[in-house]
Order: sequence, then C-alpha cells, then structure tokens
Amino acid sequence: MTVNGKAVSGSVEPRTLLVHFLREDLLLTGTHVGCESGYCGACTIHLDGVPTKSCMVLAAQADGCDVTTIEGLAKNGDLHPVQEGFWERHGLQCGFCTPGMIMSAAGILAENGSPTEAEIRHGLEGNLCRCTGYHNIVRAVEYAAAKMRGEEPAPPEWETDLV
Amino acid sequence: MTFTTQRREVRSGVGTSADRPDGIPKVKGNFAYSSDLSAHGALWGATLRSPHAHARITRLDIGPALRVPGVSAILTYDDVPGRKVFGLEEADQPVLADGEVRYWGEPIAVVAADDAEDARRALEAIVVEYDVLEPLVDPEEAARRDETFRTMTVRRGDPEARGEVVVEGYYDTGMQDQAPLGPEAGLAIPDGEGGVDLYVATQWSHVDHEQIVAALGVPPDRVRVHLSGIGGAFGAREDVSLQIHLCMLAMHTGRPVRMVYNRAESFVGHVHRHPSRMWYRHEATRDGTLVRVTARLLLDGGAYMSSSRAVMANAAYFAVGPYRCDSVEVHGVMTRTNNPPCGAMRGFGAVQSCFGYESQMDRLADALGMDPVELRLRNALAPGDHMPTTGQLIEGSLPTAEVIERLRAIPLPSGLDATHPLHLPGGTGLTTSPGDVVRGVGYAVGMKNLMFSEAFDDFTEVRIVLTPVGVEIHTAAAEVGQGLITVCQQIARSVLDMEHVAVIFDDTSQIGSAGSTSASRQTQMTGGAVLAATTELRDRILAEYGADRLDAQGVWREGELTVSVDELCQRGPAEHHVRFRHPPTARPDDNGQGDVHVDFAVAAHRAVVDVDPELGLVRVVRVDTVQDVGKVLNPRALVGQIEGGIMQGVGLAVMEELVLDGGRIRNANFTDYLLPTFADAPDVVAEFVEEPSHFGPFGAKGAGEPPTISSTPAVAAAIRAATGRPITRVPVHPDDIIGL
Repeated sequence: MTVNGKAVSGSVEPRTLLVHFLREDLLLTGTHVGCESGYCGACTIHLDGVPTKSCMVLAAQADGCDVTTIEGLAKNGDLHPVQEGFWERHGLQCGFCTPGMIMSAAGILAENGSPTEAEIRHGLEGNLCRCTGYHNIVRAVEYAAAKMRGEEPAPPEWETDLV
Repeated sequence: MTFTTQRREVRSGVGTSADRPDGIPKVKGNFAYSSDLSAHGALWGATLRSPHAHARITRLDIGPALRVPGVSAILTYDDVPGRKVFGLEEADQPVLADGEVRYWGEPIAVVAADDAEDARRALEAIVVEYDVLEPLVDPEEAARRDETFRTMTVRRGDPEARGEVVVEGYYDTGMQDQAPLGPEAGLAIPDGEGGVDLYVATQWSHVDHEQIVAALGVPPDRVRVHLSGIGGAFGAREDVSLQIHLCMLAMHTGRPVRMVYNRAESFVGHVHRHPSRMWYRHEATRDGTLVRVTARLLLDGGAYMSSSRAVMANAAYFAVGPYRCDSVEVHGVMTRTNNPPCGAMRGFGAVQSCFGYESQMDRLADALGMDPVELRLRNALAPGDHMPTTGQLIEGSLPTAEVIERLRAIPLPSGLDATHPLHLPGGTGLTTSPGDVVRGVGYAVGMKNLMFSEAFDDFTEVRIVLTPVGVEIHTAAAEVGQGLITVCQQIARSVLDMEHVAVIFDDTSQIGSAGSTSASRQTQMTGGAVLAATTELRDRILAEYGADRLDAQGVWREGELTVSVDELCQRGPAEHHVRFRHPPTARPDDNGQGDVHVDFAVAAHRAVVDVDPELGLVRVVRVDTVQDVGKVLNPRALVGQIEGGIMQGVGLAVMEELVLDGGRIRNANFTDYLLPTFADAPDVVAEFVEEPSHFGPFGAKGAGEPPTISSTPAVAAAIRAATGRPITRVPVHPDDIIGL
C-alpha cells in the first residue's frame, strides 16, 4: 500500500488491524486507538481519500490502497488548514481525539467547501471528544473552510464576546 | 558589546488567549501519549482479571501459561516484593489478588510476553478456580452491616429549629465514568542497576512513586516516574492502575515492558464517580428563608477505599450548597461493597449533593409558590456569611447572587428549531414530530472547594531557570489537557517580561511533588508557585544589580540596559526554587465544624431542553453559565474548560451511567456507555464574574470542576419544567419522562 505518499509493504497476520499495522509496523503513532470498536473515531485515516476508522479495517484489506494518516496531512511543512484551525481555534485540549477529528473534518471539507454548522456536526458525529465540548472543534472546521475558500476567517468569539 | 535600549512588551502574558505550546505537535500527530511509547526489545504486559465480583481463589496455576511461547514472566500476589497493597488514602487494595477477589475485574496476575497476542494467550492459559461468594452490592444493606469507609455527621446550629414549609425527597445519581479518550498505558524501563524508569499518564506522579516503591520494596531513588502525554483524565488517573504492575514486570524480566489497556479494560481499570442515594428535608419560612436542612447521603465506595473518604467529606460539606442556613444536620455514609471501586471524578462529591439540594430548592420553591431563582437569591451565600455546614467564615470572594442574577439576564434562545432533525429530541432517527415537543427551562447553582482540604499538607514545587534564550519552568504538575502549561507560561511571561518560556515536566527524582492535577487546584497551586518563584527571582536579580527592570534583554536601570541576559545567566542569580503551600486548613471536629477549606467557587447554570414526552426523548438545547473564576487568565482555555465540563454534566444528566448487575459492569464499552457526541452537545453561553480570590495568582480561582457540578441539576430541572415529572434520578431515562 501507499502510506503518506510512500510505498510500504509488510507481512502481517490475517487478523491484524490497519491501525495496528500503522502504529506498530510503520511507527505512525499519530493515529490513536481509543476504543477498537468503531465508536470513538480517534483512529480515523483516509483510505483512498475517504475518512475511515482504521480499527474497522484489516491491514490486508488495505492492500494496494492509498492511505493518508495525520502525519501525511501537512504538506511541505505547512499545516493543513484543518490542522491550523484546530490550533487557532483551540479545537483541542488533551488532543487524543484530534488526529482522527482532523482527518474526518478534512474529509468533510473535501466534499463540501462551505458546510453549515449542522453539516459539520452531523459529519463529525462519529468522532468522540471528552474534553472540549465540541464547540471549538466546530469553530476550527469553520476556520479551515474559510481558509480553504481563500477567505479570512471570522475572529473567534473570545475576542468579541468575552472579558 | 552594544546594548539595544528599545524595550519590547510580552505578547502572551496573563489575560491573553495565549496559544498552547503542545498544540502544534497535537495537530500534527507527533505528540507522544503514553500509549505511543515503546523501547527496543520491549515486552507487552497484560492483566488477568476476576470474572466474579466476589470469590475465593481456590486454585491458581500459572504452569501451563509459562509454557506458552513468547512468555517471559507471570507474576501473582506472591511475587509482589514489598508492601502488597496500595491506595491513595490508605493502602487497602492488593496489588494482585490476595486469595480473594472483591470486585469484578480485580487484577489477579500480570504477564509479560513478546507481543500482545502472546500475552493474551498466556492469560487464557492461567488456571484459576474460584469458590464464588455472594457479592454485597446493595449500599443500603452495606450500611446496615456497617461495611463503611467513612461515616460522618455534620451538625451546626439549633437542632430544634423548624420551618413553616417543609419539603422532603429522595434523590439518586448513577455511576458515571470519566472515560478519558486515552486509555491507561505506560512503559517501564529497567535501568540495569536495580531500578526502573516508568513513563506513564498520571495526574500525580509523586503519589504513584510512593506507592510503587512501597510495593517494590526498594528505596525511593530506585524508581523514577516520568510524565508522558496524557489523553484526558477527569479523576481517572489519580489512582494507581498499571503503574506497579509495569514496574514489577520490568524489574522481574530486566527488559522494558509496555502495557496499554483496551477500552473494556479501561472501564474496569480505573475508579468511577460514586453512585449516591440521598434523602433531604428542607425547612423554610413562608418568605423562603432557609431555616433547617437535614440530609442523609449514602455513597457507595465499592470494593476498595481509593479517595472515598475525601469524596464523602466533600459531599457532606457541600450538602446545602451556596445557601445560608443556620441549622444543618448531614449524615454521610460511604459504603464498602463488591461493586467497582469509586474515587475521584471531576466535581468530587459536590456533584452528587448538588443534584440533591438543587432538586430540593426547586421543590421548596414549588411548595412556597415562589420563583425558584428568587428563592436561591434570597438565600445566596456571600462573604461574611458562614458555611451552612462547617461554620467556616466565607472570606475572599463568593459572588453567588451575582452569578445567578447575571445568568438570569442572558437572553433565552428562541423556540424550537425544527430546520434539521439534529435539533429535535429524536435526532436523525426522525422519530419526533415537532408539534409534540415541549420546552423546559431549569436553573441550578453549585459550589465547590478549591484545592485540598481537611488539614492536608498541600504543596507544589516549581523551579525557575533563566537561560540566554528564555525561561524554564520545571514542575511535576500533570498537564492533562486543561491548559495548565499555558497558564504557567503566561504568568512567567508577565512577571519576567520575557516571551520565551518553556514548561519542563521533571520526573520524580528531579523535583518535589506538584500535588495532584485535581480539585481545581493547579492554577492556584502550581500557577501560584510560578508567580511566587518568578517574582522572587526577579526581585533577587533587581536587588543584586540595583536595577529597576528585568526583561528578555537583561537588567535595566533608569531606562538603560546595564547587564545583558547572557551575562546575567552567567553571574546569576538565574535560578529559583520554591515549595509553595496554600494557607493551612483545619481538621473538622466531631460535628464536622472547622475551617476545613481554603477557597471556594460558585457557578450557576441554566438549561433549556426540548422534550418529546411521548417517547421520553430529550434534546438539551442550550446550557448557559456564569462562573466565579476570580480572574480570567486565558479566555479561550477557560471557555474550553467550561464547555467541556458542561458536556460531562449533561452526560450525567441524560445518558452516562455504568450499569451494574451483581457487581458486574454490563456496558464497559462505547457502544453501550453513551458519551455525548456532536449531536448531543448543547450550545453554551458562558460569562465570568471576576472578583479576585484572596489566594490565587492575579486573583484567579480554579475553574475545572464548577462546570460539571450544577449543569446536571439544571438539565434535570429543565426536564421537570417541561414534563411535570418529579425527575429524582440522574441520568434521566425515557421511562422517567413517560412515567412508566
């Protein structure tokens, strides 16, 4: 398979999950394991461009596929706009859900450059976060959407409403 | 040497929304959480756990398991080299089962093997035979049998005081789980000299260290506990889980050992929020002045003590809430059963009783025919008053009335928004017709102590080091995601007038304890220590050089740079170390009286819910809050704490509960233990009251717990208002709404 633009190969047990192949064999530990049951979304990657929970895919199933992990999202050292949004809009606290959340959000924006707030929330329903209460994540995705459209993101609420 | 004389201001000091220094590695996926750690030649650890809530082990044979290929070690109770028990308050929990198992999931043996699958196969090959015993799982029965960790009575004022209006009720709260997204994980590396380095996600590395060296039976300097990346905590990482097991396996095998719990194991691998059953009687005059509050609080501690005694105290001391009342009697009983052990979770006892007293305040308002907000305002506790329970004089700030009044002034949201199914109680299941939805609004107010109480010697150590390129803050305080690391940087920047500040997490051999990242204490404790240490260092430097100003360029006198920062770092003083304490607190007397707390915070929440009364479904539309924070140090980090904390309160109100059956957890997975998702998250409007604390850097108060305390009863009150149902238990189930 191709992972983050590089051809990789490996020999795995038939039951090896893709997430474990990425983490243990390729040492790409940015893809996290939160539940191993497809609920939390911390292990979300792009499989042939589609956001996919990598604990729900066998490594062998991904044979010949193009995989992008969080480590492959930044290009030429520049953060992807979604990464920048999570950083700029405090879309993270402990950060454990963040890579999966970013990969899912990037998938939403690849399909729809101007999602409504409801579309962002609906699109990210499969990713759990225990720290933030989700609102700053929505703001992060809105920031990224504006950036990707070439617009200046609206200033954050804490600069307008607070203090 | 040429000196520039242009001063530069720091940009990211106190009061700004300074960026998190760990933000970039976290968005790039190269922040190392404890579950990401490995070492060359590392073995995998795994734990054999009890399938029974209570049983005697009649046979334990590891022989067949030792023959499983790839297995390096299997350790049981007999292999624990030192003290065979551990615990936060009292060492009462066996490191590995001592011949009897007292809760479902209790560790019996640990294995180290070449890989995770070999380790799992070895667990399956261990032969254990049990004499299964009847588990004690009913807390009421445990109380009757005097199976308790703590019983206490708080008595204050005239016991004969009687009010004209009396309301009574029973209230229950379920067992909530912290469910941090990062599972328990760690890596232990033997040092080849009889010691071990443990890298682990913990809330308090020094108290782990104490328990590890005791269990290993080695001198303290043989073990070093290093903080690794922490994937959330919320109380779940205050107790030892795999720390001792990992060190034992590493010492035994002489090889690095890593261990990562899966989600099911995480649910049994840490303590939970105590479930509670509470009885309350509130008595008031006809004009709504509280005359007497009587309560019995029954909390279940489960099989081992953990922090149950302190949780009991908190539940009892905050049993009346932020209200004046001069006649109070609270009986607290913390039971010991064969249920899963309970301990710290955000809110720490104050959550349970807040649901009780706020439900009572609504019931009392109803009996009085009074507006529930007016009733709260009439009794609002303020500086100069005495704590209704302990009698402690409230000093410093406690703006109870102000948080309530400002909350009431926040405009309510407009009516039902049926533009998207996500906005309806049935969600995308499309089960709810908009015409059937009823709306309810509910208020609740909560109060909590900040930092440790009851004469605990609560301290934190910080070392500040000036270098030519910036300031180092050394600490063992755990950054669990809440943003302490940013706040420490901001304080140092503001005091030293230097932009470049790095927080360095020292291991247990390099610095003294920072205390636990819990009890909303780190901003005031470690943040306070950073303020003290940087201020003292700056003052020493200014005195040494007869100067009037310090910044990143060096030392200044009357507008002239007199000593460059390079020279200052060479000549010193360039380093300062503090052990920082909060003012002492007292032990309570036999009636629970005394100045047992350092500081308090209040918050008020207002929930707006839409309910489908036919199907018993709820959508929490909005939760607004006004919180007493002393001083806003970082607005966006504070908003993050508040929004996240409210979500956990909403979770307890409508969905989160570990369901037990004979002591066994039936839903130890994310399929059945429901965490709030994007679809469940209510909008939040948050405002802050900034009345400075008498003890806190720049007047700041800890802010992590209040969002989780009164948000739950606010949601319950809103459901009550919408449905007319009594709603005496959280989480609220559809049955409670339909009235089945």
